[in-house]
Order: sequence, then structure tokens, then C-alpha cells
Amino acid sequence: MNVKKTALYELHKKHKAKFVEFAGYSMPIQYSEGIVKEHNITRNKSGIFDVSHMGQLFIKYSDDITDKLQEILPTDLKNLKINQSKYSFLMKENGGIYDDLIITRMKDQYMIILNAACKQNDLQIIKNKLNNQNLDMNNDLSLIAIQGPDSKIILEYVVSNVSKLKFMNGGNFSFANNEIFITRSGYTGEDGFEISLPNKVAISFVEELILKGSTLIGLGARDTLRLEAGLCLYGHDINENTSPVEANLKWAISKNRINDNFTGSQKIKKQIEEGVSKLRVGIKPETRVIARESTKIFDEKDNEIGKVTSGTFGPSVNASIAMGYISNSHSKTDTKIFLEVRGKKVPANVCDLPFYKKSYVKGEANV
Amino acid sequence: MSNTKFSKEHEWITLDGEVGTIGITKHATEMLGDIVFAELPEKGSNVEKDGTAGVVESTKAASDVYTPVSGEVVEINQSIVDDPSKINADPEGGAWFFKLKLKDKSELDTLMNKDEYDKFAKETSA
Repeated sequence: MNVKKTALYELHKKHKAKFVEFAGYSMPIQYSEGIVKEHNITRNKSGIFDVSHMGQLFIKYSDDITDKLQEILPTDLKNLKINQSKYSFLMKENGGIYDDLIITRMKDQYMIILNAACKQNDLQIIKNKLNNQNLDMNNDLSLIAIQGPDSKIILEYVVSNVSKLKFMNGGNFSFANNEIFITRSGYTGEDGFEISLPNKVAISFVEELILKGSTLIGLGARDTLRLEAGLCLYGHDINENTSPVEANLKWAISKNRINDNFTGSQKIKKQIEEGVSKLRVGIKPETRVIARESTKIFDEKDNEIGKVTSGTFGPSVNASIAMGYISNSHSKTDTKIFLEVRGKKVPANVCDLPFYKKSYVKGEANV
Repeated sequence: MSNTKFSKEHEWITLDGEVGTIGITKHATEMLGDIVFAELPEKGSNVEKDGTAGVVESTKAASDVYTPVSGEVVEINQSIVDDPSKINADPEGGAWFFKLKLKDKSELDTLMNKDEYDKFAKETSA
């Protein structure tokens, strides 16, 4: 299979990116600065992420479509306002997650942002639900995220009035006579924006952002940023065998949908009423040892009680951090646990997520 | 570093009398990326040529550190454990890993000199 490239590939090369294959795409893992510096640039200033490998699915809006989508997403779409976004899941019958996604109600359509590795399968599921009508996976669009405290000012230079957007809201804007759609969102724990725009203007748009003071950031830093922010990576922290309740993402199921019917809803309802046997938690090792994915977790009596699903070093918290699933009986904050790394048991504690917290900006403030 | 020798596992060793100072090469740190964790052998322990004598982890992955020769660990560099970013900053100088009292100096003959190593590093990373 040919490795795909995004519209920004040549620009990444120009900026000395190291590439990795990710979900069939050749993507920058880091640039010459390196992961830790790129991480800090995003936290302290502003970073640009090429996330064009993600799927951008557009579905024509109608009441009937809304009903059908509500059958596979546990989100209240009927009360979703125009330009409002919600984090949601494409649900599996067993209560598991086919994919996590952001759905935005645009004027005449829904936009759904899907994970790169899942998008073809997602498309098939949604196609089946909608009888293969009214939907379009748009491959002529790039998706750029700009994240970090200075991003608002930098993007405002390039796109006027964008800083008026509220968190998890979007709107239509223009760049070089092209219509673009921007939401105030991201996956780093920072204030930021995600911009959907035609491939043909992607490079010039990003070059403008760089000129105004932002920096290209690779997937390596994206991973340390999202993990510090306690956010899940699909295929690792959530998958077809973890439910939103087990993943501690119950908040993303709309309250008025809990007793409603959607794919997997019986399981979800049961888990909410009766509790779950395992739960996703934050984990802080007591040393700098990094507990990578699949690291086994033990209790004080040496019983295996879970597994790590993501682990790295968090530059902003200057500590080793991890997330994983742990038996519910050991999931309380500050529970002492042990991680088996290279044959040794490393002491660690269950902790609250996120590891790193910065409040999202709500609308226009302190510009 | 004219009397410095290099291994195929990207370690360097400089001999001073009976004691060799060992670290990882600049080329290794460039391949690894930002190092965020280092584990060293225990002082007083004996290590065998090409055996594991430590671990470094970057944000991306863990890698074993091997010893290019056999001997007894007489000193370790605690400063790189406390601040592993020093390894990226000065890998072939202040960020040495450990010092060994060599068991058999002839083991050094199996290692590469600087020119040979540079060539090896270039070929293997191409």
C-alpha cells in the first residue's frame, strides 16, 4: 500500500521533519527542535499541528439524519446549536467505542472529525446507517490545529474576528478568497483552534501562521501534550472493548440520552446503574521511570489489577505520567499501586486527571 | 577523543590507566531524541562485554545501554539520572554514564576508532 501524504508534506520536509508512518500516512513525528522543546513551545507560545490525516466527514442536515445519527452517537444532537461542537463516540453494540470524534452542527450539514486509523471503518458504519446517502468524506480539505496561549493573537492576524469564537464553537471565515471553517477546540489542553481549509491553500496558510510567530509541532509532542491533558488516544486508551463509562468519559454522553436508545445503550445504562469492573485512571509513578503501554499494574498484595494504556514523560509536569485501566476497587485517587517495568515493581499512585490543567478560554477574553 | 573507542551499539569508551569512562554517542542521542530517563548499573557491580548496563528512555521509546567491555563499575554519573536532558546536551563529554575497572584490556581491540565509527554510523542510519 502506498503511504499517503498530506498537502503539507513538502512544508514539513522544508522544516526538517522526521517522518513516521501513522495510519497509512507519512506524518511528522518531530522537527529539528525535538519533542520536549516542541511541547514547551505549544504550552508557552503557539504550535501548529497538521492533522489532515484525520477524516472530515460532511453529512447533509435534516431532522431525519439527526434521528439516525442519534442511533449511533450518544449525544443530544437535537439541541446542538448551529456552529456548536460536541465530543462524541461512534458506538459499538457491546458498549465499546468504534471511534471518538468531534461533531459540529454547521448551517446545512454536520461535520464529523474522525481518527485517521478508524475513518474508513467509521464511514462504512455511518454509510450503512444513512443508506449511503447525503454524506461525503472530503479529501480536498486539510485540517490544521493551532494550539497554545499565543495562538489566538497569531490566528487573529491571519483570520480577522476568529478570537470571538467560544470554546467548542465554530464559524465560517475566509482566507485568500477561500471559505474556511474554524472551531475553537483542540487536543492539547491549551486554548486553540482547528481550521478546515482547501488543500490548495494549506501551505500558504500555515506559512502565514509561522510568519506571525507560531511553530510546526510533530505528533510526538502532540502525544505528550494530550497525555498531560488526560485526553484519550483511540486504539490505546479507548477501543472497541472499552465503554465510555469504563473510560471515565461518561460526561460525553448527553444526560437526556442515557435512557434513550442508541447502539450499545443497554450496556451503558447497566454500567451507569450497577458500576463497572474497570476504570480508566491517571497514574503517577513515584520515580522518573516511564510505564509504557501494556505495563502491568499490581496492588500492594501483588495481585494484577490492570494495565497501562499510555505512558510517557510529561515535560510540563516534569514527571513520568501514565493512564490505564484498573479494577474499580483500586481506582480511588491516591491508591498505592505498583507498575512492572523491566522486571521491577515501581511504586505509583492513582491520580486525578488531567496531569496538567489550564482553563480553556470562554469566548473573547483578555485579548 | 583520539584514544576513544566506539561500539556498534553506539557507546564510546575512553581509557585512563585501568579505568574506562563509558557513555553513548552523539549520533545515538540524535537517533533517540529527547532523553527523559536514565538508569545506570550499580556501583560495585560487574558487567560483561555487550551486556545490558543501563537504560535510556526518550519520550518515544526505551533503549538498553550496553557496555562495550567487561569490568567492575567503579563510578556512576548520578547527574544524568537527576537530569537526563544533559545526555542530549553533552553526550560525549560531561554526560558520561559510568566508569569501569577493565577486566581485559584486549577487549578494546574489538571496538572501532572514531573514523570507523563515523562511517558505521553514517551507513547504518542511511
